[in-house]
Amino acid sequence: MDHTSAALIGAGLATMGMIGAGAGLGILFGNYLQAAIRNPSAAGQERVWLFLGMALTESMGIFALVVALLLRFVPA
Amino acid sequence: MAAIEPMRQFLIHKVVDIAPFNLGGMTVDLSITNSIAMMILAAAVVCLILGLSARGAVVPGRLQTVGESLFDLVDGTLVTPIIGPAGRPYIPFILTIFMLILVMNLMGVVLAFGHLGGQDWTFTPTAQLAVTAALAVLTFVSVLVIGFIKNGLGFFKLFVPSGMPLAMVIFVVPFEVISFLVRPLTLAMRLFGNMLGGHVVINIFASFVVALGVVGLAGFGLNNLGLLGSLGSLAMVVALTGLELVVAGLQAFVFAALATVYLSEVVNLGHGH
Repeated sequence: MDHTSAALIGAGLATMGMIGAGAGLGILFGNYLQAAIRNPSAAGQERVWLFLGMALTESMGIFALVVALLLRFVPA
Repeated sequence: MAAIEPMRQFLIHKVVDIAPFNLGGMTVDLSITNSIAMMILAAAVVCLILGLSARGAVVPGRLQTVGESLFDLVDGTLVTPIIGPAGRPYIPFILTIFMLILVMNLMGVVLAFGHLGGQDWTFTPTAQLAVTAALAVLTFVSVLVIGFIKNGLGFFKLFVPSGMPLAMVIFVVPFEVISFLVRPLTLAMRLFGNMLGGHVVINIFASFVVALGVVGLAGFGLNNLGLLGSLGSLAMVVALTGLELVVAGLQAFVFAALATVYLSEVVNLGHGH
């Protein structure tokens, strides 16, 4: 296998980082909804932290994107 | 049939050509590209909305209500709850970043003129890594400068969590430093990745509409199932465009929220909050 095709396969494999980010986002929003339904009056003021947690969880998936882009576009 | 080129919408081309000149050994090209044209348009829209809405009438009109709710979103849900009363000087900075990103994101979804007269007119400035990286570095450098002005060399306490045994500090500090230095990267990549990904997905589904429609109209029999797929893809495009509108607002909010949190760490350093 030459280097280019190995890099392309690696870039495809890097998309598996989305598995973790997807599971994390599901846990995050699921737990937020659960808490929000139990105590709706407290839901509004915690929404900022929900989005911050979302941003941090998402950044894990974004690192996978960075790796994929590096493999795809940076010549070794 | 044209090949599917989902990345072509991100190509940069020159709108106004300005001859490059030499400045201290560097070639400087100040040509106005479609990216820069859209950013200028976004800045003009922000100035227009906020300028016209800042008339200070006691009973706000429609535009003033929009401006006030945008200001309240930044002040009431971000800066004051996160930074506290010490955060008031930073409201203009956060509001500027939030409004600029919001308008740039929305323009990519709303101003979808497509391909006219041999040129692509749809363009999202925030789907360019250069643009988001510039915004992220601006935020990062602002946090650094404000941190050093406010705390002096006490800024480095940021990397040492309070109440930690000395033996642990040796292990924790490198991680804290890395997670601090990686911030501009994640800020830039988050906005870039979200905008790029959403637009590519919409583009691919839009190309399915045409491709499957052509198959569906080619003859009778099983071919006509293509029309069903075409219709489904069209519905997907509509739904995804709606999702992109949400993502455009959400990502602007997330960028502003993270900038606020990073500022709050250096503004409230040492005396908690």
